[in-house]
Amino acid sequence: MTERLFEGADWDFRTLQRITDACEEVALKDLGLDVYPNQIEVITAEQMLDAYSSVGMPLFYKHWSFGKHFAYHEASYRKGLMGLAYEIVINSSPCISYLMEENTATMQTLVIAHAAFGHNHFFKNNYLFKQWTDAEGILDYLDFAKNYVMQCEERYGRVEVERTLDAAHALMSHGIDRYPGKKKLDLREEEKRAGRRRQHEEEVFNDLWRTVPKGASKTRSAISLERRRKLLGLPQENLLYFLEKSAPRLAPWQRELLRIVRHIAQYFYPQSQTKVMNEGTATYVHYRIMTKLHQQGRISDGNFLEFLGSHTNVVFQPEFDDPRYSGFNPYALGFAVMQDIERIVTNPEDEDREWFPDIAGKGDVMGVLRDVWANYRDESFIGQFLSPKLMRHFRMFHLHDDPEERQGIRVDAIHDERGFRRVRRELARQHDVGFIDANIEVVDVDLSGDRRLILHHHVIKGSQLNETDAKRVLQHLADLWTYDVALIEVDANDKVLREYVVSPRPIPAAVA
Amino acid sequence: MAIHIIDRRLNPGGKSLENRQRFLRRAKSLVQGAVKKTSQERDIKDVLEGGEVTIPLDGMHEPRFRREGGTRDMVLPGNKKFIEGDYLQRQGQGSAKDSGPGEGDSEDAFRFVLSRDEFVDLFLDDLELPDLAKRKIAQTESEGIQRAGYTTSGSPANISVSRTVKLALARRIALKRPSKDEIDELEAEIAACTDEDERAELIARLEKLKAKTKRIPFIDPLDIRYRRYEKVPRPVAQAVMFCLMDVSGSMSEHMKDLAKRFYMLLYVFLKRRYKHVEIVFIRHTDRAEEVDEQTFFYGPASGGTLVSSALQAMHEIVRERFNPADWNIYAAQASDGDNSYSDGELTGMLLTEKILPVCQFFAYLEVGEAGGSAFDLSDSSLWTLYERLRNSGAPLSMRKVSERSEIFPVFHDLFQRRETAQEKAAP
Repeated sequence: MTERLFEGADWDFRTLQRITDACEEVALKDLGLDVYPNQIEVITAEQMLDAYSSVGMPLFYKHWSFGKHFAYHEASYRKGLMGLAYEIVINSSPCISYLMEENTATMQTLVIAHAAFGHNHFFKNNYLFKQWTDAEGILDYLDFAKNYVMQCEERYGRVEVERTLDAAHALMSHGIDRYPGKKKLDLREEEKRAGRRRQHEEEVFNDLWRTVPKGASKTRSAISLERRRKLLGLPQENLLYFLEKSAPRLAPWQRELLRIVRHIAQYFYPQSQTKVMNEGTATYVHYRIMTKLHQQGRISDGNFLEFLGSHTNVVFQPEFDDPRYSGFNPYALGFAVMQDIERIVTNPEDEDREWFPDIAGKGDVMGVLRDVWANYRDESFIGQFLSPKLMRHFRMFHLHDDPEERQGIRVDAIHDERGFRRVRRELARQHDVGFIDANIEVVDVDLSGDRRLILHHHVIKGSQLNETDAKRVLQHLADLWTYDVALIEVDANDKVLREYVVSPRPIPAAVA
Repeated sequence: MAIHIIDRRLNPGGKSLENRQRFLRRAKSLVQGAVKKTSQERDIKDVLEGGEVTIPLDGMHEPRFRREGGTRDMVLPGNKKFIEGDYLQRQGQGSAKDSGPGEGDSEDAFRFVLSRDEFVDLFLDDLELPDLAKRKIAQTESEGIQRAGYTTSGSPANISVSRTVKLALARRIALKRPSKDEIDELEAEIAACTDEDERAELIARLEKLKAKTKRIPFIDPLDIRYRRYEKVPRPVAQAVMFCLMDVSGSMSEHMKDLAKRFYMLLYVFLKRRYKHVEIVFIRHTDRAEEVDEQTFFYGPASGGTLVSSALQAMHEIVRERFNPADWNIYAAQASDGDNSYSDGELTGMLLTEKILPVCQFFAYLEVGEAGGSAFDLSDSSLWTLYERLRNSGAPLSMRKVSERSEIFPVFHDLFQRRETAQEKAAP
């Protein structure tokens, strides 16, 4: 029998080292995971709160909104309304996992297996992360961002910088490139160039350096209207990108700030699309590792029971009429599907052979899972791998709520033969950010006239924007654009539902 | 694969402190309103303990494009009895499902905890000490040192290397001192040269350059600059606060309580501005004595009323222990306004000639019985006297108070930041 990794609940740094080594052995040999080098950091509750308020990143530029979140979290934590996460993990290379010092030895093992190997593998291998994030560069980039914002504050004043950042934050959810495409290539080129400059700047810090985007001069030059529109890349759904490149009166440093916010939004974009998968992967990995360690006798029965207790809490899915219900628990759903895939691969039933001919009975569980982890996102993952058995297990049903329908909310499909596909499709759609975020794009700029910026919101299923918030965001947008901004909400038939027009506030725009 | 395990627990905390300060600065007016509201409900003693405040989130809102309404589709777990085609009754507007627990923490109001310092800062933020600036400059004992440019002489420890090298470089360029590269190049040319004549010429040029290099030194004594420091006066960072109170029989417990509250506020306020604050308690009936705090507020005393005795006592204490050159002197007098008629002249004389000239600030607080009866009656003898003095230009602040809740507004009013130093007439 192998020696135990630890006894009881206490741990020290040698214990952590042993735990990590043991987890690594299982992760790499048994599960065949491919991970970034790990860096494990032990932190206090206060530091965890710090991390919360800066979206989990170890370093971030200064902004009042983070202070607000900190105050908010702190108040609810002190009152006991909110527990803190056991860990935070950062998609970077080396992959940094924060462990809370309060955790018991068992919890540390769980967390190391979960974050340092589960999430880590997912970050390194999933196509979205590969496509959109740069794990090696992110910490350096954040460091640069922090210093850059600080420099700007010294130079242009805190108020000015804050105003630009406020506006950029308001538009953050619309500062994302969703589809790699033709104009994406342009951006890549642009990014590479700016990246080189930035790298240069980081090396020999020179405050005189500023990006000089071409867009600004283009709007002023006397080229034909059609060509200009083409050059502006319209229609454009990445509002921050559009402003950065084309807003006529922004100072170079303001453009750079928009760029920073945009990059950070883009960095987090894959995470919002892979919540279920990411957590499912990490939960599955920690479950496998812990079980293995227990089988090897490296974790005592008592500690294993403690683990099972926490694990069960994590993957608990309350039913819809339970007061604790707040939507699908990504841990529960993700873990259930992963385990179900394992079942289908090793021990399929006839139904599974019919639904999953590709993987049913294939035998190589980890091979199939690694492939799934690498090539899907939540929407496609659920759409592909949610089995009838699981739908029955969760007793899923689909509600269709049409405000026009007098009779009430209609049960559209349930977990039966007729409903499986519809339930699955709807659940997949529920996890598609394309459906969650409002679809807003810049469609036109009246260049020859009053330079009014025109945006369209393509209303899906009659769901319009919240008026108060929309006006506020548009106000920010107008302040950056420095001319009028119009937002038109149109439905699928191009019928105009509502129209907003906002003029910039008469604050003297900082023109460099 | 190397795994790094790092203990971050010892890292300095307060990483979010700056963000927090920014947040408070931004929410200042909101927080300030909340602080004032909170402090009204508390005892003055507790006012300064910090604590939780609630502000409306409106001004701190971070807007986003949000969608709402429309046709909704959702997949839920836990079906028990529904079959396809069933209809569920809507539970009116905002049914249980509409506002799931996830949106429960609606942010209409925002609660958070202020530390003691933050609380006091905001509580006293728009107040300022009168005449602080004047005294700062006029009366200083300690001196500090601060940088003041460059000088051509000084101690070697103060050499400014960057400035010196800069000037040396400028001088070398101006005088066309040959650079090392130039000489190296020439030497290489000589080494490579085969023609005797040309070589001789080049050597001559090299000699000339070398001679010039010698003549023009790399760093000349002329270039050397020293950092210059100059002494600056530092403001006196200590204050003494005189609490004068009439404790004759006519002062009720309620009046004393009012006075105490006022003194406390003044103390906190001074404490915030000065490193070191001393308090002197002088109570008086027809004679004055310096007492400790306990006796001051709670010790029994009886007798007539002679305000001049207290002023005299204060004057003596100042002379003995608190040199006005070293100390910022603040005084607050609380009384129900009674004074023996014959004492008026002496009081006025002491105040204008002895006390006011050395004081930074002198406040007179006339306390009355609860119910505001003090305001209905004609002005007391002391009030009349002080008012006359003030009208003739003496820097006196005076207010009447009869309710606990008035203490803070009055205090606030007295120390409000003003365009002019002129006291406005009391209500």
